[in-house]
Amino acid sequence: MTKEIKLVDENGVRTDGRKPDELRPIKLEVGILSNADGSAYIEQGKNKILAAVYGPREVHPRHLALPDRALLRCRYHMAPFSVQERKSPAPSRREVELSKVIREALEPAIFLERFPRTSIDLFIEVLQADGGTRAAGVTVASLALADAGLPMRDLVVACAAGKVDGCIVLDLNDIEDKEGTADVPVAYMPSLNAVGLLQMDGQLTPEEFEQAFNLALEGCKRIYELQKQALKARYLAIKEAVEEDVEEK
Amino acid sequence: MPVFFENRNIVTPGDLLAEGNFEAGRNTYKIDSKIYACKLGLVEYKGRTVNVVALNTFYVPSVGDLVIGKIVEINLHGWTVDINSPYFATLRASDFFNKAYKPQKDELSEFLDIGDLIQAKVVAYDRTRDPLLTIREPGLGKITRGQIVKVSPAKIPRIIGRKGSMISILKKETRCNITVGQNGLIHIFGCNPEDEQIAVLAIKKIELEAHTSGLTDRVTEMISKARGGGK
Repeated sequence: MTKEIKLVDENGVRTDGRKPDELRPIKLEVGILSNADGSAYIEQGKNKILAAVYGPREVHPRHLALPDRALLRCRYHMAPFSVQERKSPAPSRREVELSKVIREALEPAIFLERFPRTSIDLFIEVLQADGGTRAAGVTVASLALADAGLPMRDLVVACAAGKVDGCIVLDLNDIEDKEGTADVPVAYMPSLNAVGLLQMDGQLTPEEFEQAFNLALEGCKRIYELQKQALKARYLAIKEAVEEDVEEK
Repeated sequence: MPVFFENRNIVTPGDLLAEGNFEAGRNTYKIDSKIYACKLGLVEYKGRTVNVVALNTFYVPSVGDLVIGKIVEINLHGWTVDINSPYFATLRASDFFNKAYKPQKDELSEFLDIGDLIQAKVVAYDRTRDPLLTIREPGLGKITRGQIVKVSPAKIPRIIGRKGSMISILKKETRCNITVGQNGLIHIFGCNPEDEQIAVLAIKKIELEAHTSGLTDRVTEMISKARGGGK
């Protein structure tokens, strides 16, 4: 195997010009789909992901309804045009797994027990993928859930860290994910200090793992601030526009 | 007993609002002595209670609420009504008729058909049972005229205003009959379509700017402007 790609150069700069502990640029928008009860959009580097929430609503088919809490259904899906080689639109093994882990990362954040016999349907559509889509998917999905007006214990935020060229780095992109040594995605609820998702792909020593895990948490906390801003942004914009109007008079 | 925000600040789920001897009010929850927000909204400290006024919610039925609903299904003994909430409501045929109801004699679709809109009151609801409606009160029943506006149920208190101040201004200024359903549907019925249109626009404005102050004055101004331009 000839491994000629240099992922981290001698100055500690990565392929896309980032430092090891630097996030990709993130853009978050809330409430962009008018027909969904809640929606959000994220651009994290070259990732582009859309999330939509419907519900709580009546469960179809009826027999899936739970008598003591709401049913959270989650569908993570990659668009056929989201990657270099066309991806079949049918749900792959990987997508089914990601739907499950994302659901399980979000479930503890929602007060599901307040809405028995209903379903909350969550759709995460990856329009363009560039590594770390499960983490970005969790981040954007929790914004969509909050936008839908669901009572939540905390926002869930996710970020990955990993090892690339012997260096522990934050927020891996596609090449780093594929060519790197290890990848540790973490979903986290910062106010409650609770982890909802923790996976590891590759090989790390216990020390390296701890380092990567802490770095991922650090990244989560930074994205959390962006999430809060994004939720407030729409309402603050209206408020400012109105106040300006009043001042002009 | 520290407090971490000021009144009417916007908070997001998971924000720590207060710590110490406080009580968790609406849209908040408590872990040990810490109070957190569980919705996006405006925080409100009232004595020892901490509330969050949500900026967006869905309607959760509550006994005694006036709601506006749409018939979606006709059953043997009544109707299923969509009241814009997580649960469908039922309206019993025996509630609709004064006399005893006989399924073999009365054809339910002659009275209320699928797609018809009704004003009703919630008479029973809890976690284990779907809401039950009644129309046996003056003013309730099938809606035959006017327009329906849909807003977020979170904005309903703002549209009604403190002790009904906003809604009475709306009614007076637009000369329309306005019935506000707690589930976010509003029935407007005026003498002419122009009046109704003004009322619709005013309600949309209130919905958009519900979290700002001095709204009543701006709405009054908007209505008078719309009226002046129309003549």
